[in-house]
Amino acid sequence: MTGLNLPRPTLEARDLRPSLRRSRTNRMVAGVAGGIGEHLDIAPLAVRVAFIVLGLAGGFGVIVYLLLWLLAPAEELNRGVAASARELPRPEVRQVLGVGFLVLGVFTLLWVSGFWFGEGLAWPVTLAAIGFAVLWARSSADDGRGRLELPSFGSPFEALVRARVSWTRLVLGVSLIGGGMAVFLAATTSLEAAANVVLAVIVTAGGLVLLAGPWLWRLANELMEERSSRIRSQARAEMAAHLHDSVLQTLALIQRAKEPREMASLARTQERDLRAWLYGRAPSVHGARLRDAIDAMAGRSERLHQVKVEAVVVGDADLDDDLRALVSAASEAVLNAAKHSGVSDVSVYVEVDDGQVDAFVRDNGTGFDPRLVPEDRRGIADSIVKRMERHGGTASIRSRPGAGTEVVLHLPRRPELPRRSA
Amino acid sequence: MTVRVFVVDDHELFRSGVRSELRDGHEIVGDAGSVDEAIAAIRATRPDVVLLDVHMPGGGGRAVIDAVRGELPEVKFLALSVSDAAEDVIEVIRAGARGYVTKSISPEELDVAVRRVHDGDAVFSPRLAGFVLDAFAAETSLPIDPELDQLSPREREVLRYIARGYAYKEVAHELGISVKTVETHVSAVLRKLQLSSRYELSRWAADHSLV
Repeated sequence: MTGLNLPRPTLEARDLRPSLRRSRTNRMVAGVAGGIGEHLDIAPLAVRVAFIVLGLAGGFGVIVYLLLWLLAPAEELNRGVAASARELPRPEVRQVLGVGFLVLGVFTLLWVSGFWFGEGLAWPVTLAAIGFAVLWARSSADDGRGRLELPSFGSPFEALVRARVSWTRLVLGVSLIGGGMAVFLAATTSLEAAANVVLAVIVTAGGLVLLAGPWLWRLANELMEERSSRIRSQARAEMAAHLHDSVLQTLALIQRAKEPREMASLARTQERDLRAWLYGRAPSVHGARLRDAIDAMAGRSERLHQVKVEAVVVGDADLDDDLRALVSAASEAVLNAAKHSGVSDVSVYVEVDDGQVDAFVRDNGTGFDPRLVPEDRRGIADSIVKRMERHGGTASIRSRPGAGTEVVLHLPRRPELPRRSA
Repeated sequence: MTVRVFVVDDHELFRSGVRSELRDGHEIVGDAGSVDEAIAAIRATRPDVVLLDVHMPGGGGRAVIDAVRGELPEVKFLALSVSDAAEDVIEVIRAGARGYVTKSISPEELDVAVRRVHDGDAVFSPRLAGFVLDAFAAETSLPIDPELDQLSPREREVLRYIARGYAYKEVAHELGISVKTVETHVSAVLRKLQLSSRYELSRWAADHSLV
């Protein structure tokens, strides 16, 4: 472990220079040389040459390099080697060279230190190692030190599929490993024996599949089933929670209600709510829609004013300020009808066209002569009219004694507004 | 004149409610809580009007109409539902129901609706009028059969009044026409709805549940 004498100056100089980190931008293998270069303020190339020289000198540089790789944290974003290699398309060849030198250094080191296990093992191991790297090097976001991360769930193959390893990569990796095995077998035994070994392996694998296959299959099925039943029970729990918060509460309130009117109002509100939940449209990406706003307004008016509001909307549009004003005006008209019509049914009809939006709020009640309007009624009517005028629309009131009242709201749409999407 | 009414709904409570509401003016010849039961009983009793729930286990109201309509063309169907999923309602109408009302309808209105259907007219609630306007508004550029695939301006006008909450009589008054003419227009709309081969109609319904 004499290699530790190299990083020592960096420890002393910590306060003056950027701390030693593996470079993400200036890297060939793991960014160690680049990091040292940045840290010591010398050219990374010099550091690399030094590493190579040291590496050739009994593999010493390789040990240092590997140690630094393990010890020095990566700069900012931590990514695996493979991911970074993919992020930096240009220095790819140089990186391959770097990795090659590193591997060469390892071999030299082993050879020098007497751990050499002969030509017969070196090439197969190299091939298999490269194949393994090709297969398993994944762009895992939390993979800090270039470690290869095994998936936490499922078989390796599933992990491969999940990680969407390209087929070229899969084929390349598998054939490299297979090639390594073949070379090893060919070198250690005769080719015929190797064929026998391959046959034996295939037979063994076949036997294992027969023995454990059904069990594995069942295990996989059980996993799938468990997963889907978990999803089902989640959905059920969600539904139960919703029903508890809405329907059951309302039923309890209805039992306590004293007046039939109140009961009916509670039931209607709940019906509207449940209907929206069961058949509701998914929320629009652009925000609230006119149809939903009208439905909500109808529900609110039913609750507050104890009337039954039948809302019908044809077409739909994204809600903007003008349409919000229209909804508010319609809401006031419903209030007006609830107060003065003498009946408990109010119809709201809204029609969205390319060029305009029309809203009709009608009751079938006593009606009145618009020329002889009582003061209190006038106030509300005026506020509806003014509100619509502020937004470029109009409002008018049609009524005859005995023939109900209808408030008609009209709003021309501006050209830049999105068209109806019915 | 009493109308012989049959009630199909999978909710016992609702059936008994309707029975008691309609007992005065009409003869309730039977009721059923499932599709199969309903088909058998309608064949046996041959009612004038069937009040039909849109949503039922085993195919819903549509399955009942499909099974019975061919052999008993004189039986009229009136769809009745709490559901407002437009595609379900349109589907039952296209199968042959003469109208659609919501279950929150008052007893008097239900009485009128039953008589109207019995007389061969169509019953459009404001909500159904809205659905139909929406369906026919969805696409007008390329009608396959202009006669069937489009509403006339007058029909559109009538439907809009109904959607606004006007009763047939009030629509007639507003437009200065007779109630009979209003009924003719509404029946024409129903016919178009049922006969139009417009693919867009069903697609509209499918799209609409997703919007």
